[in-house]
Amino acid sequence: MRFIFKTDYAQDIKLAKHGGHVFWYSALLLLMVAAPWLFAEYWLAQLTFVLIYSIAGLGLMLLAGFTGLFSMGHAAFLGVGAYTHAVLTNMGLPFPLALACAASLSAAVGLIVGLPALRVKGIYLGIATLSFGFIVEEVLARWESVTGGNAGIHIKHPDIFGWVISTGEQFYFLCLVITVAATLGILNLLRSPTGRAFVAIRDSEISAQSMGIHLAYYKTLSFALSAALAGVAGALYAHKLQFISPDQFNILQSIDLLLMIVIGGVGSVHGAFLGAIFLISMPQVISLSKDYLPAVIGQAPGLQGLVYGLVLIAFVLFEPMGLYGRWLKIRTYLQMFPFYRKGMFKRQKSFQKSDRLK
Amino acid sequence: MQFLQLVISGVAQGCIYGLIALGFVLIYKATETVSFAQGELMMLGAFCGLVAMTMLGFPYWLAVLSSIAAMAVFGIVLERLVIRPILGQPAFSIVMLTIGIGYVARGLITMIPGIGTDTQALPVPYKDEIWKIGGNEMGVGALVLNVEHMAVIGATAVLCVLLFALFRYSKLGIAMQAASQNQLAAYYMGIPVQRLNGIAWGLAAAVAAIAGLLLAPITFVHANMGFIGLKAFPAAVVGGFGSLPGAIVGGLLIGIVESLSGFYLPDGFKDTAAYIVVLLMLMVKPNGLFGEKLRKKV
Repeated sequence: MRFIFKTDYAQDIKLAKHGGHVFWYSALLLLMVAAPWLFAEYWLAQLTFVLIYSIAGLGLMLLAGFTGLFSMGHAAFLGVGAYTHAVLTNMGLPFPLALACAASLSAAVGLIVGLPALRVKGIYLGIATLSFGFIVEEVLARWESVTGGNAGIHIKHPDIFGWVISTGEQFYFLCLVITVAATLGILNLLRSPTGRAFVAIRDSEISAQSMGIHLAYYKTLSFALSAALAGVAGALYAHKLQFISPDQFNILQSIDLLLMIVIGGVGSVHGAFLGAIFLISMPQVISLSKDYLPAVIGQAPGLQGLVYGLVLIAFVLFEPMGLYGRWLKIRTYLQMFPFYRKGMFKRQKSFQKSDRLK
Repeated sequence: MQFLQLVISGVAQGCIYGLIALGFVLIYKATETVSFAQGELMMLGAFCGLVAMTMLGFPYWLAVLSSIAAMAVFGIVLERLVIRPILGQPAFSIVMLTIGIGYVARGLITMIPGIGTDTQALPVPYKDEIWKIGGNEMGVGALVLNVEHMAVIGATAVLCVLLFALFRYSKLGIAMQAASQNQLAAYYMGIPVQRLNGIAWGLAAAVAAIAGLLLAPITFVHANMGFIGLKAFPAAVVGGFGSLPGAIVGGLLIGIVESLSGFYLPDGFKDTAAYIVVLLMLMVKPNGLFGEKLRKKV
């Protein structure tokens, strides 16, 4: 067990709570920086995807995990970001400017979608965002003069004021820098009054309101920030694939993003990363295991959906805190070795919180 | 005449949306959870019918009844195995759980060799029959009624009457109403709320199976037909999420709007019409057409 001796109020909000944090996160950063020399090109590309999805996951985590508003059309923001970035980059805008434009346009769209969120909640919000996702996908497919329609659009290499990023390693570093910046930004946000307000809204809207939190302002802000992060992720996604088409941003992508944060662990920043690792590595694991399964199962096209569904059901039923929750349990078990009790993380069963008449 | 034609095909499509939406509403009223697997239940129902008719060689009516019964049992088992353990958890977990159920159902069906990946037609006795009403002797300008569409409309009407009678007159239906209004009070009155939740799932699955059997002759049976369930959400919301007649009316409205916008508006509006309608509805009247206007109290 570790006891932290607190001598200063600032210690409560420090990002690194103790030496262990500093050591392990530095080690992780070092590993990430050294990754291009350690891993083969294919695995580096997968790692880049993990980083990109983590950025989108951070955005969705902020919205769903910390503000309690869940969006079933998040791929739409990803799509808006990707297309804005692709169009602007092809017009010759340098990378940072195009990225900023993509993020701000996504945020603006997020603001618009956030508006119904002020009136509706729970499942209605889910349906509103779902509908919005379908509409955006259709717009991307039909607005052919800009988006190229269903034929898709190619995108040039990123160009940072004359320095063209053309190799996979360079692009990996670009993603790494943006991911680290986004993570630090989210962590900082969460320890600021704004972040606390988000969490208060998640836990109880009524009590948040009575504590003087302006619900409309914070909910729209959460939507905008989340959409902006999704937009950045979309821009990087477009560069990574070098080709985008509307069907990459459909409902299945939205559900994948949700699945990612649920499996990672709703309500934890770690969860976004763990979920992204899961989402990217799962198809690899499935394709590797295909050789060992009987052909009837291994070669069936529905295998991936089946596995995703089963994993999702298993997590919701047995580990609602996701992969991060599992890790917390393991860590607590090791820390308190002989004294871990089974009921320590027992879920509280609440009475059904009705959205209707009480 | 053309307008009427479009309206009729819209109504037929709308009945399907309405039937799926009815499943959402049944489950929502009973357990306050939203099932995203409703479209997949419909798909499973259609496949049940297909298997019963082609592989087992059942006659039409026996096949219909047996697949409805099979789906009802499936719904009850599903509720008992996966839904009941997590009742009382946040709505978000249950939504994700039902999405997971949808994935599994779609994956499993696709994995069945032979029938999973193909699209099949359901051999119904009224296939490709057409009624003509009015017009001159050459048949020009006549109102052409597809019997498949008329079957959908008729079956939906009958089902609505049956459900209405169930909820109005039978002991079971009244108990379900009580449980959906206040679970705790219903429990104190000696109503077996948990068993009723199971029955609500069974009923929803049975309704979904009927929708699947009605839709199958129009579109074909394939693993992805469940995606139509995503269009039933707008129907449920437009009607007001907690209202059974609202679900049917919402479905009809969405169906008609979709059919008319497909004809009179440019390409692309047909697929998004339902979503545009629901977004407008949420902005103007979030409780839907028939929704109860209730304020949440502290």
